[in-house]
Amino acid sequence: MAPILTIEKFSYAYPSIDISKEPQWVFQDLTLDVEEGEFVSVMGPTGVGKTTLCLALNGIVPQSTGGIIRGDIWVDGLNTKSHPISKLAQRVGMVFQDPDAQLFQVNVEAEVAFGLENLGVPRDEIRKRVDWALSVVHLQGFDLTPLSYLSGGQKQRVAIAAILAMRPKILVLDEPTTNLDPVGKEEILAGIKELRHNHGTTVIFVSHESEFIAELSDRVVILDQGQVAMAGSPESVFSQLRALHDIGVSAPQVTELADCLNREFGQGFSFCTLDLADRAIRSSLMAA
Amino acid sequence: MATLPQIALQVKNLHFAYKPDNPVLKGISLTLPEGSFTAIIGQNGSGKTTLAKQLNGLLRPTAGQVYLYNTDIQHCSISDLSGTVGYVFQNPDHQIFSPTTRQEIAFGLKNLRLSKQEVDLQTQNVLAAFHLNAYADLQPATLSYGLRRKISIAAVMATSPKVLILDEPTIGLDWRSTMELIGLLKQYCQQGNTILLITHDLRLIADHIPHCMLLHSGQLLAFGETRTIFQDVEILHQAHLALPQINQLARRLSSAGVRPDILTVEEFCDEYRKLALKRQVL
Repeated sequence: MAPILTIEKFSYAYPSIDISKEPQWVFQDLTLDVEEGEFVSVMGPTGVGKTTLCLALNGIVPQSTGGIIRGDIWVDGLNTKSHPISKLAQRVGMVFQDPDAQLFQVNVEAEVAFGLENLGVPRDEIRKRVDWALSVVHLQGFDLTPLSYLSGGQKQRVAIAAILAMRPKILVLDEPTTNLDPVGKEEILAGIKELRHNHGTTVIFVSHESEFIAELSDRVVILDQGQVAMAGSPESVFSQLRALHDIGVSAPQVTELADCLNREFGQGFSFCTLDLADRAIRSSLMAA
Repeated sequence: MATLPQIALQVKNLHFAYKPDNPVLKGISLTLPEGSFTAIIGQNGSGKTTLAKQLNGLLRPTAGQVYLYNTDIQHCSISDLSGTVGYVFQNPDHQIFSPTTRQEIAFGLKNLRLSKQEVDLQTQNVLAAFHLNAYADLQPATLSYGLRRKISIAAVMATSPKVLILDEPTIGLDWRSTMELIGLLKQYCQQGNTILLITHDLRLIADHIPHCMLLHSGQLLAFGETRTIFQDVEILHQAHLALPQINQLARRLSSAGVRPDILTVEEFCDEYRKLALKRQVL
């Protein structure tokens, strides 16, 4: 099966004010494939280009930003250099860190329907899709609620619903939980989990929250210095604690525990989720 | 005989409402000794930021008093207070306005009427301490969110305020930047400055911050040692907070004999050693 997203030897530099200077490459020969239905989390140090990568997936980089680009990105068979952003946006849905930057309608229903109305989707189809999108994020019955009445977690879920209603093949979430309290975070993540299990949506999840990433992802990709530094299952990536810390990113606290127990007591633990840690430690304490 | 530390900040029965019929802070009283490092926790909308803004005069209490080094601040202007109380906004874009990182950091220092030489020297020191040298002459608006956040913190710390308030300073920061920031803050406390830090990250608090206060619906639900407050799972859940993962693991494993009050990885390792030796499984 062909991947739904192909990034091939992608290099990019933002336009420079001083043209006599060498271009400052954000990425150099970045290569990454994502399969349909895959949940891929992207981590990396501050300033590594995580948001730039998201913007490149629907053509905003370089079509709106300018700059120098080499290599190619294909989304569902479309090259992001040669297809208009409006067309790419129907395939790649983006949710940003700050829902207030994205929401602008008077109530929940109008916000979720807005994109569909612009696409000329028939009225009854809009109704169906709005209902479906709100049910996925557990906001049924909030149709007529003004956005200003909602909590941060609820607003972020409206932003996700508005994107989902467009039925994008790929959902890109750029640090969607950073401004939320832990309960707000859980609400968002439960919604994302359900999407993945019940609807097979391909998800690119950019975050620093290693503990959520370990629970949710098929694959974790670590970016460093313009390239993919590490990639693999959560277990295989997070167990390389030293390398992660050298790059400057965190691992789940249970993985730090595994590392500590391995060093101190010569154990061979490699868990990265609460469930796996519970099972492994419980059985090791019962061993004799 | 050891002298008691001075009181840096005292809040007495403070009330505040943006609109008369909707009180946000409902009778807060607290005392922070000089050199203390305290976290403020509480769910979105509990009044954390509103409380922080009472302490530097950005907002004024509807009733009650705020004392800064024994001076009631009600007659002090924001600019009077800004020499003593530094405030790092939750959103760096509400704070940064200079065309370069260097100028942003130098701005507060210039207002302290330091000589140009002193301003340049201190700016250079702060750029180095925050690893911002590579970005010194770039426009902050073109930098990533995490970098803008670092710049906003560096610019406030450059002026060495006696009381430093940070509103969710680690959001958008990677692990290394977070660890570096915590190192700088601990050092800053040891120099006799007082820090108040708003965060949702209980792991950060468990590992590094000795005291915390829990705000819920505009009231102080708990204030004391981190370890004591983190034992009260009920109260934390009520405030939409999640305990550090290591503590969740310890609680789950209490049925296998693990102490349920573990808060750090090191404590868990010690507990594992004890249990494993006792059961002869090592």
